Amino acid sequence: MQNVFDTRNNPQLAWAGIALVAATLLVLPFALTYAGTFWVRITNQAILYCFLALGLNIVVGFAGLLDLGYIAFYAVGAYVYALLASPHFDLHLPFWVILPIGAAVACLFGVLLGAPTLKLRGDYLAIVTLGFGEIIRIFLNNLSQPVNITNGPQGIATIDPFRLRTFNFSQRETILGLDFTGPVKYYYFFLAALIAVIVINMRLQDSRIGRAWEAIREDETAARAMGINTRNIKLLAFAMGASFGGIAGGMFAATQQFISPESFILVESVMVLAMVVLGGMGNIWGVVLGAVLLSFVPEILRFTVEPVQKALFGRMLLEPEVIRMLLFGMALVGMMLYRPAGILPSALRKRELEGGKT
Amino acid sequence: MSKLALLAAKGIDKRFGGVQALSDVAFTINHGEIYGLIGPNGAGKTSLFNVLTGIYVPDGGEFVFDGEPLRGLKPNDVAARGIARTFQNIRLFANLSALENVMIGRHVRTHAGVWGAISRNAGTRAEEAAIHKRAYELLEYVGVEKRAHSLAKHLAYGDQRRLEIARALATEPKLLALDEPAAGMNATETTSLKNLLAEIRRDGTTILLIEHDMKLVMSVCDRVLVLDYGKKIAEDTAAVVQNDPKVVAAYLGGEVSLNLKGTH
Repeated sequence: MQNVFDTRNNPQLAWAGIALVAATLLVLPFALTYAGTFWVRITNQAILYCFLALGLNIVVGFAGLLDLGYIAFYAVGAYVYALLASPHFDLHLPFWVILPIGAAVACLFGVLLGAPTLKLRGDYLAIVTLGFGEIIRIFLNNLSQPVNITNGPQGIATIDPFRLRTFNFSQRETILGLDFTGPVKYYYFFLAALIAVIVINMRLQDSRIGRAWEAIREDETAARAMGINTRNIKLLAFAMGASFGGIAGGMFAATQQFISPESFILVESVMVLAMVVLGGMGNIWGVVLGAVLLSFVPEILRFTVEPVQKALFGRMLLEPEVIRMLLFGMALVGMMLYRPAGILPSALRKRELEGGKT
Repeated sequence: MSKLALLAAKGIDKRFGGVQALSDVAFTINHGEIYGLIGPNGAGKTSLFNVLTGIYVPDGGEFVFDGEPLRGLKPNDVAARGIARTFQNIRLFANLSALENVMIGRHVRTHAGVWGAISRNAGTRAEEAAIHKRAYELLEYVGVEKRAHSLAKHLAYGDQRRLEIARALATEPKLLALDEPAAGMNATETTSLKNLLAEIRRDGTTILLIEHDMKLVMSVCDRVLVLDYGKKIAEDTAAVVQNDPKVVAAYLGGEVSLNLKGTH
């Protein structure tokens, strides 16, 4: 992948490759609509998972802080959006106001989680973050009494979609002779946002801040002795990661138009972490690949497992869900055996695990 | 203290449970000196380093560095004030390149934040270029520029020691504190280390040196502090210290008297 898109050594091939990818991404929603609008929705969800995986990658991949409760920030962003743009409190702020608020609130929660865990590492940090994720979910589940804030397990419904003056993201309309359904509109918005997030991540990684994160990951004591304020730099990692989660949460609430605490269970945190690890911790393209794979494969299985079994055995032997977990487990075991640094490992992880040459 | 003093320590105490690691240690390091810190194993040398650099909090006493007390400072604040250190058991960022290691040393003297990193504005780009240039210069200065893009952990042992010095120098210290830089080095490497130390001093950085290699200490240090069981037993020029009966006793034990003349 790196070789194909090497703009310096092979500009023609690289730009042709980039143009091809861009064209594919532009046409993709229409091709998918052909197969069913459902697939566009899945693609949008996959982009949101890319957001989450990239955000978690800052904490886990760059700074080396294991976070098992990351989905809490997604929940915070989603609930901020839902509360400020739904009939629940009868507030209807525009999305471009709420998304930054969601990011800021999630950022605050990131610092809130980061502050007491500054001295923890590895397993202990994982346990506290796991607890944090559950605490947020349980709060959301129970904050319906005595004052009804989150509407408890019923969740919040009829959340506003993104609206820009008269342009409504959830309505179907024809622009320039092309049929834009709601999910297709969201797709372009999400794609643009994802590209921005990828650029931000790449720039952060290759900067003074990114190097400070790597230093903490490698040796915290030495990092401090070199004058790095480890407290601030760690909190920054938590805050940045949480902000991306918060923005993704707002987008999630707007597309689903309904959220409840059930969307933010522990398994979701584990999934996002699996995306980061499977794709290649610390490598931005690896993380994106991991997120795309883990979002699409289960959906593809959902549509293929039943017909295949019917054709082979004449009846259903295994539920798609069972097969999914089976494959998922096998994939992870295979990964650990053959590509422990992920599908597209970061240069750093590769060196670390292989102890290889440069 | 005299205006020559860069670092003055008064009554430094440090206890670990029932063990008195340092008791009432006092000394001064003058500007431009190479100041040795010696003592038998367990004498408290590294503890003194850790108390000085903020890794431990002293139970009593204080350091005055460059005219101002170092009180309650975290290790990163101490580095910002101008004391950089190396570690007895090398602590490089093992999986980063030699160049990146030194670039991280520039962190404390540079300013780009999140916004600078994301926007890549002119100021940030200039700062990044300067960091890169300075880091490379420092690698040349200590003589490991040929391995700039190798991982720190793949460098030869002596080169790792030198890289650690380069990383410390990147923080622009007024006082460079080296914890046994010659440990594990062969005679040739030690000689070139000695030349490097002399060069660093000539370029204006004061050096505090913990070392077991007496030959190196006696030939390069202006003055030497000797610790034994956490107490100062001597502080004087190298020549005087090595003939001090208390020092001889600390190293050789008991009442034995030996003529150490001619050992270097």
